[in-house]
Amino acid sequence: MPTTVPAYGKEAAGRLASMADVTASNGALRRFLHGLPGVDAVGLQARAATLGTRSIKTTAKAYAIDLAVSMIDLTTLEGADTPGKVRALCAKGVHPDPTDRTAPKVAAICVYPDMVGVAKEALAGSGIHVASVATAFPAGRAALPVKLADTRDAVAAGADEIDMVIDRGAFLSGRYLEVFEEIKAVKEACARPDGSAAHLKVIFETGELQTYDNVRRVSWLAMLAGADFIKTSTGKVAVNATPPVTLLMLEAVRDFRAATGVQVGVKPAGGIRTTKDALKYLVMVNETLGEEWLTADWFRFGASSLLNDLLMQRQKLSTGRYSGPDYVTVD
Amino acid sequence: MANIFAYAPAPESRAVVNLAPSYGLFIDGEFTESAGGGLRKTVSPATEEVLAEYAQGTAEDVDRAVRAARKAFEKWSALPGAERAKYLFRIARLIQERSRELAVLETLDNGKPIRESRDSDLPLVAAHFFYYAGWADKLGHAGFGPDPKPLGVAGQVIPWNFPLLMLAWKIAPALACGNTVVLKPAETTPLSALFFADICRQAGLPKGVVNIVTGDGSTGAALVAHPDINKVAFTGSTGVGKAIARTVAGTQKKVTLELGGKAANIVFDDAPVDQAVEGIVNGIFFNQGHVCCAGSRLLVQESIQDELLDALKRRMATLRVGDPLDKNTDIGAINSAEQLARITELADAGEAEGAERWSPACELPGSGYWFAPTLFTGVTQAHRIAREEVFGPVLSVLTFRTPEEAVAKANNTPYGLSAGIWTEKGSRMLWMANKLRAGVIWSNTFNKFDPASPFGGYKESGHGREGGRHGLEAYLNV
Repeated sequence: MPTTVPAYGKEAAGRLASMADVTASNGALRRFLHGLPGVDAVGLQARAATLGTRSIKTTAKAYAIDLAVSMIDLTTLEGADTPGKVRALCAKGVHPDPTDRTAPKVAAICVYPDMVGVAKEALAGSGIHVASVATAFPAGRAALPVKLADTRDAVAAGADEIDMVIDRGAFLSGRYLEVFEEIKAVKEACARPDGSAAHLKVIFETGELQTYDNVRRVSWLAMLAGADFIKTSTGKVAVNATPPVTLLMLEAVRDFRAATGVQVGVKPAGGIRTTKDALKYLVMVNETLGEEWLTADWFRFGASSLLNDLLMQRQKLSTGRYSGPDYVTVD
Repeated sequence: MANIFAYAPAPESRAVVNLAPSYGLFIDGEFTESAGGGLRKTVSPATEEVLAEYAQGTAEDVDRAVRAARKAFEKWSALPGAERAKYLFRIARLIQERSRELAVLETLDNGKPIRESRDSDLPLVAAHFFYYAGWADKLGHAGFGPDPKPLGVAGQVIPWNFPLLMLAWKIAPALACGNTVVLKPAETTPLSALFFADICRQAGLPKGVVNIVTGDGSTGAALVAHPDINKVAFTGSTGVGKAIARTVAGTQKKVTLELGGKAANIVFDDAPVDQAVEGIVNGIFFNQGHVCCAGSRLLVQESIQDELLDALKRRMATLRVGDPLDKNTDIGAINSAEQLARITELADAGEAEGAERWSPACELPGSGYWFAPTLFTGVTQAHRIAREEVFGPVLSVLTFRTPEEAVAKANNTPYGLSAGIWTEKGSRMLWMANKLRAGVIWSNTFNKFDPASPFGGYKESGHGREGGRHGLEAYLNV
């Protein structure tokens, strides 16, 4: 059960087709991407900071915490991952809080391709998706056939969602068309024999892209190439998701839908560890995109340690007292 | 618009503010009653609740305050700069310590959102005292001669839009330079000045150095006309500014006037659009538009007009209007019934003259003074809303085709306080800034203040500069 993709009308398809000429050549693509409105760094950061001062309390907080739990892609991406660890994580995803069955389940379990089968089995019937990081994650430095084989393997093993990384080297050296074609090829590799397709999330590694202008350009590039989700980072570098970068990507998906009619989701990943942080991100979604994007279909948190903090805050709201790390499960 | 993620009310507690039922005048270090015995009431604009009574200062009270200031001047001006700095640093620290209390008080009395009084006003108030405290022992290095002297007694009259911040802009440089002051706060927002009087006492400031005389326009007129003051500093409307200029004409008094504005916020087609929209919102809806340097005229390049206005309207629909003490409120109450009437009158005139009016759907509270954020499109230079200062959350949108036209339209106003330029092109930014006749020009931002940055206007926006090194000149005999 991949995330439902809304059927866009003829109008949207037409508008998207009319964008085809901007991807006709690397020059055309560069002109288009460099013609997007610039980003003023100070202004962007100030806006993100202002949204971070919203005070979310009582009923709004309870609602937001449950919403955040349901948006988590619970992740384990370690070289030392074992089937046992993945199974434990899956169990936690289904019942995050063993003491409180009203806690919502998470959106997806995110693993390396070789663990997809294990996760798929452990999650059978739960409704939780299996997401897999393919395409030579996290560096993305492999030949295209290798990346596509990686993707096909994961899809064949049952992955509902593919988190691909872009070739940052190609993007930074201005070979935009190469990146575009690569995303398109991976998207095609997400197809299943029955005609359905795994959902494609495109990871930018924004911490390596250096400028906000680059983040806006790469967002449009990925969306034009057919990304279902755009994702900030792998969680494997020094700077991962930040509020300004996420805000910028939210603005890009908003503008992309206005231009093409196609709705794309956003996933900040890496470094979001506390309930307070997660609520700030939800406020950004709420005030930038509105409630249409406030579901796990259109917004996700890529996180592993965030869930426990959300659960502790959830327990605090229901009991009035803080518990502690021993009152939630380790994985 | 029902939202599945509606924020629960998050009101700041007003328990941190201890309001007395009645306040006297602060003269010679003591709170005293007015000679006339008259009392006025100050209300919360958000609820119309009476907050406290305060004294209506008379000419006799003003005279008493000026005499106290004159007496104190002798010793205060003779102190070494480093000694004066100690008092100013102490005041700055006390403001920081009491900032939550002062922010809540300011929001109660003025109607501005707590988010702004807490995050903008109070940090800036403290910063101004810290900044000028730093100058007090370095006046000889400010570029006004090796040993510049203070003027004497300063009579200062401040407005209601930023009551405590305007007090800081006036009092901090005056004291740093060795002057003593008599300050009259606005009649709708006297409370924070009276709390400041208490901070002066807490800081052990010598008696008479700061005197606060509350009252209405007649009190201010008596202060400005007092023969024994050496300096008049006024921030407020252009009309009152002109009256003050007439009063002091022909006397030895030095004058600085910070008056109205009708700033152009100019957006080119290569602007960073999302940040420009934030800048436009911040330019006109900050402090309910009660800002003399508000970006009340949006000049947008024709080619991006539709796109920009769509984005602006979408953003305006997310502004939260309501209880100023709620931490999630973006736009608070209009300061007074009189001001609400003036905004309403001008907005109606805009409609009558053919401009198209738009406001987002927003529910306004039942009591208090409220005005929804409002946008006028199709405005021309001939419309009243493009010429007169509304001093409220009302934005007029005009268009231009070329940079020359933008300059001509921006400068075609009796005012000249501020302007904004939005473009990614640095050369155009500087070219425009050279041609705009305005005291402050922001680029790719708006309504940013800093104690080190001078502020003041051209034409009917007044003369003289406050803030920065330039702000010292107004209080020194140079």
